[in-house]
Amino acid sequence: MDDSVRRESGGYIGQSVPRREDKNLLLGQGNFVADIQLPGMVHAAFARSPLPHAKIVSVDVTAARAMNGVCFAASGDDVMAALPPINGMQVVAPQGWRDRVDTDILIPDQPLIPNDKLRYVGEAFALVVADSRYIAEDALELIEPDLKALQPLPDAESALVDGAPLVHEHLGRNVAAFLHAKKGAGAEGLEAASHRLKRRFVHHRYAAMPMECRGVVADYDTRTDTLTIWSSTQVVHWVRREVATALGMPEERVRCIAPDVGGGFGGKGHVYPEDILVAWLAREIGRPVKWVEDRHEHILNAAHSRDNIYDVEIGFDDDGKILALTSSFLVDSGAYTPVGAGIAGNSIAHMLGPYHIENYETDCKVVLTNRTPNAPYRGAGRPEVAFAMERSVDLVANHLGLDPAEVRFRNMIPPEDMPYEVGLTYRDGVAMIYDSGDYPSALRSALAELGGLETIRQRQKDALSEGRYLGLGLGCYVEGTGVGPFEGATVKIDPTGKIMVATGACPQGQGHETIFAQFAADMWQVPIDDVFVTVADTGHVTQGYGTIASRSTVTASGAIKLATDEVHEKVFAIAANLLETAETDLELRDAGVGVKGVPDMHVSYRDIATAAKPGWGHQRPDGVVAGLEATSYYEPPTVTWSYAANATLVEIDPETGQIAIEKYVEVHDAGVLVNPKLADGQVKGGLVQGLGGALLEELAYDDHGQLLTGSLMDYLLPSASDVPPLAVIHQETPSLLNAFGVKGLGEGGAIAPPVVIANAVCDALRPFKAELNSTPVRWAEIAMFFDQNG
Amino acid sequence: MTAKRSITVIVNGECLTGEAEPRMLLADFLRDELRRTGTHVGCEHGVCGACTIIIDGDAVRSCLMFAVQADGAEISTIEGLATNGEMHPLQKLFSEHHALQCGFCTPGMLMTAIDLVHNSNDHSPGAIRIGMSAALCRCTGYVGIIDAVMEYARQVHGDAAVTGDETGGGRNDG
Ligand code: FES
Ligand code: FES
Repeated sequence: MDDSVRRESGGYIGQSVPRREDKNLLLGQGNFVADIQLPGMVHAAFARSPLPHAKIVSVDVTAARAMNGVCFAASGDDVMAALPPINGMQVVAPQGWRDRVDTDILIPDQPLIPNDKLRYVGEAFALVVADSRYIAEDALELIEPDLKALQPLPDAESALVDGAPLVHEHLGRNVAAFLHAKKGAGAEGLEAASHRLKRRFVHHRYAAMPMECRGVVADYDTRTDTLTIWSSTQVVHWVRREVATALGMPEERVRCIAPDVGGGFGGKGHVYPEDILVAWLAREIGRPVKWVEDRHEHILNAAHSRDNIYDVEIGFDDDGKILALTSSFLVDSGAYTPVGAGIAGNSIAHMLGPYHIENYETDCKVVLTNRTPNAPYRGAGRPEVAFAMERSVDLVANHLGLDPAEVRFRNMIPPEDMPYEVGLTYRDGVAMIYDSGDYPSALRSALAELGGLETIRQRQKDALSEGRYLGLGLGCYVEGTGVGPFEGATVKIDPTGKIMVATGACPQGQGHETIFAQFAADMWQVPIDDVFVTVADTGHVTQGYGTIASRSTVTASGAIKLATDEVHEKVFAIAANLLETAETDLELRDAGVGVKGVPDMHVSYRDIATAAKPGWGHQRPDGVVAGLEATSYYEPPTVTWSYAANATLVEIDPETGQIAIEKYVEVHDAGVLVNPKLADGQVKGGLVQGLGGALLEELAYDDHGQLLTGSLMDYLLPSASDVPPLAVIHQETPSLLNAFGVKGLGEGGAIAPPVVIANAVCDALRPFKAELNSTPVRWAEIAMFFDQNG
Repeated sequence: MTAKRSITVIVNGECLTGEAEPRMLLADFLRDELRRTGTHVGCEHGVCGACTIIIDGDAVRSCLMFAVQADGAEISTIEGLATNGEMHPLQKLFSEHHALQCGFCTPGMLMTAIDLVHNSNDHSPGAIRIGMSAALCRCTGYVGIIDAVMEYARQVHGDAAVTGDETGGGRNDG
């Protein structure tokens, strides 16, 4: 670890520095995409498919185009003639992963507006641009589509039936990817087990559902041949890449900015057709164009997530030691797979969790259906696989009459085995090694927070004797965070001596500007207000990756450090020249460089910046080139491994099946916490999303592929009164993989709640040997157990 | 389409006039016509509460009202909370308690809380939690929001008013 930034040094890292983001947002001066208004701006709206699967016979936009106030209208034919589809695989899996995990991948490209057929309810078939959004929506009513309904594929299993119609005929199959991975003897390992259990686990479809829907504004400047795009996205550099590719422009002539973004959680983590279409429209029409998704559109058209079916077999001995595990799972990917097989890849890598299990074999099909495309949402394949795994662990315990906590302790990797080689390959192509952590201690603390295992069991027994049903639910997971391929940062010393930092990270409320300022202030030994941070703007950093996959704290801090190291070298060389001392006698202090032990021998960054300038009168030593600025790219060696133990205590109402959560605990370890208050906020926010997924939220389809939950009246988000008392305890085991010891934590909270709630309910219903192996956990289903057992 | 009408409202003490068709939502009128974009729109169907503003003393969802219905009304929005650049006590508490992440729900949360703390008689933690469930936040899990609003209620009504059981937690609609 770099001594200059250790928290013991009294720096900013490790302190709950107040957020610099808050002020504008609290004063109502935030600037979200919907707030942008440019002179001459016109408004786009999209006509969307009412059918899950339909042949497009014709789409007539003539009447819409002729309407007063409309300046542009286009059908799929018009768009397909002008623009290529989006590359079906926005994230390219590295060769190392493809070599070590068996894959057979056929990813369909996504037409920006199709002209042959429609593949899900909500897919656009035409667009209109008008003087106002009101007029644009009027004009949509005048569009005449002639659609011929085709047999829908409402779910993954129906899409796999022999002779089922194809979602994408040219692929010749409804499977976008087959994956297979194995550890040890794989399925053969089951043979040696004295006990075997087989179960099916279903994790339903729900979604990120940020409070701000998506939106795009684009403005084309003819004189400079430059496009500026403001998109509510987590990945500005991807948007720039895809727009430049589709429109045949150099990337340098496309600038993408994510202004204030009202939540993302993965749902804004890839490029959508509208990002490209709105940019194209601005260039075609020659006026700024705005499109803001409404909530109904968002629910139909923004990516959904989860929606997996797992068939698991688990083999174990009399002591509850798990010997082998197999799983065969389906991901219902909907009509397209914008992030390829990424979710499935995560699931494969995360199944074994914190446990030492010798034999593991898994295969997966990513299945194309007539549902809305499925893309990563907070957890991205981990909540699904954690549900299958952690339910299985409880089933092992119940089968043997052991306590589920005890079975977990017996199988957990002990801290002395860290770093631990898993025997699988991560999706960055590198062999998986859990870098650090103490899993049993996390579980012990979680139980202690609820009063300790013995007390809990006693309370449960006492309650039962009074006819009350108390249940303890547990769930543990590990999480690969801070994944590559890279992040970029530019660090400069401004002529005024202030530190300027720009990174490719793209926040949606995490507080990046604050925490990156903490990092930079410590690296430069300046007051935090001397650091100016720019995020989410391709105009400020040449190459960037974006904020997905719990990666920004790790990867952006790495990039800021590399760029800073480079500038430090010059700063020391120039300071040595100015102070006429050897570099080895110098240190960073008081917003400048000083001679160690000599308080008044000091030059400020401002003086050094002046000395570093190009031109007459500079004071650079020979061989030091002008300027104090560097751009660097951090390519992490592989992921850092965060983890958590979750525990909850619930009481079930036998009449209604209602679940009252007495308390929910997560003991979380994300290495060194840069800003504990913000870290805590991330975990708690994630937990409540996980509870929403467990109990309330559901994107329900009928058997014909129609989405039944098209508003927030049907899709229930947790409100304040749904939130139980939460306790989050942070363990801080530094990562060994980076200078600051940090790991990622954005997603973690959302991973465990579904299985923890299911386990808690099953634990409460142990007298009936009840099993809940699918989500969401419904009261009605719980009440049924009581009915059946009189 | 019907002819536009001229509408005058007092927003945060300022008298403003704009034009709106009868079908224009009040939220759109405030944001697009009067360019007061502090108020947000998260659903346009009355569920999320992001568009909550105070009209003639009561909290109202501005996506469920037409601009023409507000002609002559007195409106308070998030932009009017601070005085002379000094944040309102509730705004300060939101920052102290980390009651916002992305900030998209914040306008509705602040106006809901102002209405709740000043216009209701029950300031028990349970009542505050239930009252604040009128607005949705996807980022924070409401932890900081509830802490901030309780603290504000204590500041306004005294510690004694904000005591009692915090009912409501853990309820879910199955
Ligand atoms: S926008 Fe008005 S309640 Fe959601
Ligand atoms: S802070 Fe993001 S929705 Fe509340």
